[in-house]
Amino acid sequence: MPRKITSPVVTSETQPFWQAAREGRFLVPFCAACGKAHWYPRAICPFCASEKIEWRQGSGRGTIYTFSVMRRVSEPYAIAHVTLAEGPTMLTNIVDCDFDKLSVGQAVALVFKESENGQSVPMFAPV
Amino acid sequence: MTINGKAYIAGAFEHPTRHAPDKTVAQLHAEVALGALKDAGLTRDDVDGYFCSGDAPGPGPASMAEYMNLKLRHAESTELGGTSYITLAAHAAEAIAAGKCDVALITLAGRPRSEGMATGTAPRARDPNQPEAGWEMPYAITTANGYAMCAMRHMHDYGTTSAQLAWVKVAASHHAQHNPHAMLPEVVTVDDVVNSPLIADPLHRLDCCVISDGGGAVVVVRPEIAKQLNRPLVKIIGVGEAVKHLAGGTFDLTTSGAARSGPVAFKEAGVTPTDIKYVSIYDSFTITVVMQIEDLGFCAKGEGGKFVADGNLISGVGKLPFNTDGGGLCNNHPANRGSMTKIIEAVRQLRGEAHPAVQVKNCNLALAQGTGFQLATRHGSATLIMERE
Repeated sequence: MPRKITSPVVTSETQPFWQAAREGRFLVPFCAACGKAHWYPRAICPFCASEKIEWRQGSGRGTIYTFSVMRRVSEPYAIAHVTLAEGPTMLTNIVDCDFDKLSVGQAVALVFKESENGQSVPMFAPV
Repeated sequence: MTINGKAYIAGAFEHPTRHAPDKTVAQLHAEVALGALKDAGLTRDDVDGYFCSGDAPGPGPASMAEYMNLKLRHAESTELGGTSYITLAAHAAEAIAAGKCDVALITLAGRPRSEGMATGTAPRARDPNQPEAGWEMPYAITTANGYAMCAMRHMHDYGTTSAQLAWVKVAASHHAQHNPHAMLPEVVTVDDVVNSPLIADPLHRLDCCVISDGGGAVVVVRPEIAKQLNRPLVKIIGVGEAVKHLAGGTFDLTTSGAARSGPVAFKEAGVTPTDIKYVSIYDSFTITVVMQIEDLGFCAKGEGGKFVADGNLISGVGKLPFNTDGGGLCNNHPANRGSMTKIIEAVRQLRGEAHPAVQVKNCNLALAQGTGFQLATRHGSATLIMERE
């Protein structure tokens, strides 16, 4: 029985991301002014304060920056920060794997998992 | 403007309770307030500034000001989680230096133990307007697995081991055995820590602080008042603050905000880490201590594991006596916020009022360091340097 995933708060700033996720697409916010990707997604670039944010298709590839397996709960799960191929590092879960074989630096790929209200949420699995 | 020498900590009081099902949070705040005022030799009528944080009942300082019937000309609520009280001591010194108040009262109290709060292992409720909420809540980040991620990366980058982290708890337990109020007064070994159940890899149960009720308060006053009181003089000589966060997804989780708040405080105080005789370091988890000790410059970055090993934090044994009350790891962690008790034990050390078994000799310079909220996402850091005059 997998852990129930709390449904994300969807706002006017982030609605395009979650709509694309429902269609199976993983978008990454890029700033058209400074060219950098950022995480978490927001309407104003955290690096140059430009409002020219573009949603681009993400590769869905990354590496585990760090992780931890929560043991003292009924359904253990792995939380992680994953560094995306596009640059920024995002908080996520590592799923569909043997938690005892996870390591820092491990390559992972995107998978979507459904939250309690059916929203697709980006997570990662070892490749 | 500097606050060096502009304010003194004249009163300090730690509530003896660790479990208070029969008291309200407001009552605990008032009890610690009265305790700290009595310790200073002052009364409620002397207080003209009140400083609190999110644990104080009500939105800001007004509810507790009314409950205690204080007459204030300066009031502040600052929310930076567990480090708020070191931050507030800094702000109290700043307000006194600016002439905005003369006698500043800072209180902390809470009852997470009585209220059955799953402090470390359950996600905290959050305001949906917090912009990060949608990007964190689905993943069930908790206090424990967040700090565990910092430990995991620290181990990866620097070779830090679970046994080295365990020494932080071992040292705290050596101090707690002398504290009659400590929740966990038993001395533990490295093996005890690393063989305790894993909570969130790589942190074990004994790497985590306790969950306790209780509270504490301090009174900060202007120099002219401190010198009229019949208490040892504990002068605030340096403060520093920082907020560290994920910076758009570009971050290093092996460093805390102490890397920025520490140097600011040392510069203002005109002292260096080698001058410090005693440190209170917020010990939400063992890894929190290792990171802050590195970031404050007591050892090089990445050397913290080796530095804390072999009893180096034990008073009378090692080079850097820390948390001689047993700290959050063994003594208490009222309201899930550890920095008030850090100030209080530093004041005891500077006054020569710590337990004789852990009192640092000739303790004329002490530092209290706190972090608040979550090291793996956003946190506040505050550093306070005090001198016995």
